[in-house]
Amino acid sequence: MSAIKLTIDGTEVEVAPGTTILEAARRLGRDIPTFCYDSELPPNGACRICLVEVENARTLVASCVAPAGSGMVIHTESERVIRARREVLTLLVANHPLDCITCEKTGECKLQDYCYRYGVADSNYGGEVKKLDYDDTNAFFLRDMNKCILCGICVGKCQDVIGAGAIDFARRGFTSNVAPPFEDPIEDSTCIFCGLCMDSCPVGALIPKYSFSKGRPWQVEKTRSVCPYCSVGCNIYLHVKDNEVIGVTPVEENPVNRGHLCARGKFGWDYLQSGDRLTSPLVKSNGVFIEVSWEEALGFIADSIEEIMERYGSDAIMGLCSPKTTNEESYLFQKLIRFLGTNNVDSYTRHCHAPAVDGMMKAFGSAAMTNSIEELASTGAVFVIAADPYVSHPIISYRVREAVRKGAKLIVADPDPIGLTDIAHHHLTLRDGSAVALVNGIANAIIEEGLQDQLFIDRRTEGYDAFRAAVAEYTPRYTAEVTGISEEDLRSAARAYAGAGSAAIISTVGMDYSAGNGGLVLALANLALLTGNLGKESAGLYLPYGENNLQGASDMGALPAVLTGYQPVKEKSVRVKFARAWGTDISDQEGLSAADVFEGGAGDKIKAMLILDENPVTCVGGEDEETACYLAGLDFLVVQDIFMTETAALADVVLPAAAFAEQQGTYTNTERRVQLTRPAVKPPGDAFPGWAIIAELAGWLGFDWAYDGAGDVFDEMASLTPQYAGMSYERLAQGSLQWPCPTGEHPGTAYLYEGRFSRGLGLFSVVEQEKLKVSEAAGTKKDALVHHACQCQSDSMNKRSVVRNFYRTVGR
Amino acid sequence: MNREIEAEETVTEGIDLERVDSLIEPYLGRKEMMIPALQKVQNHFGYLPRPAMEQVSKRMRVPLSRLYGVATFYAQFKMKPRGRYIIRVCKGTACHIQGSPKIAERIEETLGIESGETTDDLRFTLEEVACIGACALAPVIMINDDPHGRLSPDKVKDILDNYQ
Ligand code: SF4
Ligand code: SF4
Ligand code: SF4
Ligand code: FES
Repeated sequence: MSAIKLTIDGTEVEVAPGTTILEAARRLGRDIPTFCYDSELPPNGACRICLVEVENARTLVASCVAPAGSGMVIHTESERVIRARREVLTLLVANHPLDCITCEKTGECKLQDYCYRYGVADSNYGGEVKKLDYDDTNAFFLRDMNKCILCGICVGKCQDVIGAGAIDFARRGFTSNVAPPFEDPIEDSTCIFCGLCMDSCPVGALIPKYSFSKGRPWQVEKTRSVCPYCSVGCNIYLHVKDNEVIGVTPVEENPVNRGHLCARGKFGWDYLQSGDRLTSPLVKSNGVFIEVSWEEALGFIADSIEEIMERYGSDAIMGLCSPKTTNEESYLFQKLIRFLGTNNVDSYTRHCHAPAVDGMMKAFGSAAMTNSIEELASTGAVFVIAADPYVSHPIISYRVREAVRKGAKLIVADPDPIGLTDIAHHHLTLRDGSAVALVNGIANAIIEEGLQDQLFIDRRTEGYDAFRAAVAEYTPRYTAEVTGISEEDLRSAARAYAGAGSAAIISTVGMDYSAGNGGLVLALANLALLTGNLGKESAGLYLPYGENNLQGASDMGALPAVLTGYQPVKEKSVRVKFARAWGTDISDQEGLSAADVFEGGAGDKIKAMLILDENPVTCVGGEDEETACYLAGLDFLVVQDIFMTETAALADVVLPAAAFAEQQGTYTNTERRVQLTRPAVKPPGDAFPGWAIIAELAGWLGFDWAYDGAGDVFDEMASLTPQYAGMSYERLAQGSLQWPCPTGEHPGTAYLYEGRFSRGLGLFSVVEQEKLKVSEAAGTKKDALVHHACQCQSDSMNKRSVVRNFYRTVGR
Repeated sequence: MNREIEAEETVTEGIDLERVDSLIEPYLGRKEMMIPALQKVQNHFGYLPRPAMEQVSKRMRVPLSRLYGVATFYAQFKMKPRGRYIIRVCKGTACHIQGSPKIAERIEETLGIESGETTDDLRFTLEEVACIGACALAPVIMINDDPHGRLSPDKVKDILDNYQ
């Protein structure tokens, strides 16, 4: 189809057919006012403020709905247009509480701006004015429907983009308003407090509570940062006034969250200002912490470590890194541990993710998530099993919704409803713990109907015959018996998944915790291999990690067997490379893992432990007395954190660290995307960025490290890490990059395994369904998943934030 | 307000949700049929009890907010139970001229409810309707199917007393 030529305010413009007049005018930089238009919702033409004059047309047209036509001559700001817009504004103002003086929206309210622009001060319509009750019963935001102009954006966002369905238009005529069901308080609805309605309301009807009276928009400085909670890594602006964060809004121009957030990102940063933050180094003396100077604390740590090394050797030292700290800090931390002559460095949280990591490693040769979050929005089919991304990684569920809006088929396999079942085409309510049988059964049905991708199997995989023989047993009939899913439902789900041009699988890393699902990752990998859904866009296996930087901490070599970029310590060439760069020898002995030490009986080999922002005492639900006893019994324990956690309380020395908003650094999200954060506020008291603390400590231990800022650390790391080699702060400041990014010109890699798997060929595995444990109480699994996803990933921050305990009410 | 809520609670107890399930069975999996589904429910209960709406929401996988929006948009849907006797006060021109507003006022005073409301004991629901075509009897009201014509405010109480 040929382009459409039209003239807007005297300038000619060419647009594709289907472009609206509004979009065409915006391309020319013409600023047509809008209230009800939103680029991610279908236009509804409700508010009429966007009227423009089209020559020879009888009436003014709503530019947000009207398509641009060939030869149109359009005036966006003619006398007639202005008169009409004034009329619209006058009507709105007639029924609006004009309390702009105290309204939080002043300065960024569209109604105020347009009234100013068109000189509408008041209205002489008189008449009745709405008098609806406020809703400020929740901890997060105020709903004042007297200010609502019924644009409908919040409704569209909540119903379609988020899928919470908490609000809709209620009543008609004069009392029409946007309301939760039965006009109850929003807190009693299905609202998940994602904040999207607040961020998109053109007027002051929906106001986050935190910012009340804290500052006007023009007094606020916005610093771009990254949400520190889950592994999605949403891009946010921190709103700062007087060295205090007073609000968060999502960044729109980025491929991760595109203007969307969840409650954690929108509201979960208040802990930054908590009075409980650690502000000074602490040393325990006779069981009591006393504040000391940095010199004293670091000197004491260095002396103690040296003493222990002298007495017991280097391998008596262990470092526990955190999946929450920056890459720079993780990198320096493992470097420090290796300088001490040992490879005993790991992350405690990692063991929650072990089943996923091991499965992906076996099948593909790498554990990283295969495809990008954004690609989900354009996939042809999504298979969600043993996961509830709506609760654990909300952005992922928003993308799935988008895909379904665009026509994708959605298959959900879960005994219970999850946050996506309302739009699922197939909801397979399988018996608890029978997931492997279900997946094998789907594979069987695919093979039986000849829907597998034979070319892909022949060229890119191995182990197919054994796999095929193993799933032959899982006939639809047998699978139906085991899972409780009818043959017909099973077959149609299999067709939906295999029949899509590209299909994605979403599951949870922690899933193998639940009884009976051992091996599920491998079974899912088989399914993706069978249908050729790997190594291409909008396909793949999504096993998103929990914590924001678990991927990064692993990439940085905070692991006992590998250095940065998974380079094995066992390989001589690797050790030589690092020894040369660092000027110290690397131990050729793989270190102890956290699992070895905490569960595997190797605990007594360790005499001193350094722990970064990690709280093993409470990590996996509830206080773990055994872990507490173990840590208390160590000869020497150092904990660095932002709060006095249960683990820190056991330490000999506690170091106060800066939080995410207080330092520069990078995080690597679950799609291998490296993102830059910038300091927005100063750390409280004597707290310091973690990387700087470690660098300082290295000096006290006699190592000659000198870094000129976090960027310097990053450069050194990148020079040693092939996946990161092409990255630098300069490039990251322009936009995030996904590894592998081997050279300075490389654009980064959105999806893995195009042409080749890390291990060469993709490997099919034989996975059998374990015996079902009938005693497993329904709901237990879900609780474990939600707990894992939410509590663990954000432990010490979450606990001290308004978002704490919030997850109990979500998704039920 | 509180009184209304209490009244609602007393009558919403024991809503038969299995009955709701069977009423909406034909519409499951078809969200676009939510209006007919609500109509079925209303036909059965006489109004839309909240637990029934919640059940429809769950079974049809339509957000409760959307059902509530639809139910409050269309005048045909009633969110509250209706009385055993429905009083319809004619607001046609003839009745109006003959003083139907005074009649309505007296009924309101007597029963302590406004037009559109129901008494706490669920005896009466008061509604106003456009002409009911009995102009010769103006001013006229209907109580269920019985017309009462040539009314004056003073007759109201005796007439209502006949409906227990
Ligand atoms: S905060 Fe999110 S879930 Fe709650 S009403 Fe607004 S858009 Fe809906
Ligand atoms: S609350 Fe705001 S976004 Fe929602 S309809 Fe009203 S004006 Fe629009
Ligand atoms: S917790 Fe995850 S989904 Fe929520 S705002 Fe933060 S990064 Fe985004
Ligand atoms: S913005 Fe076009 S009608 Fe509202």
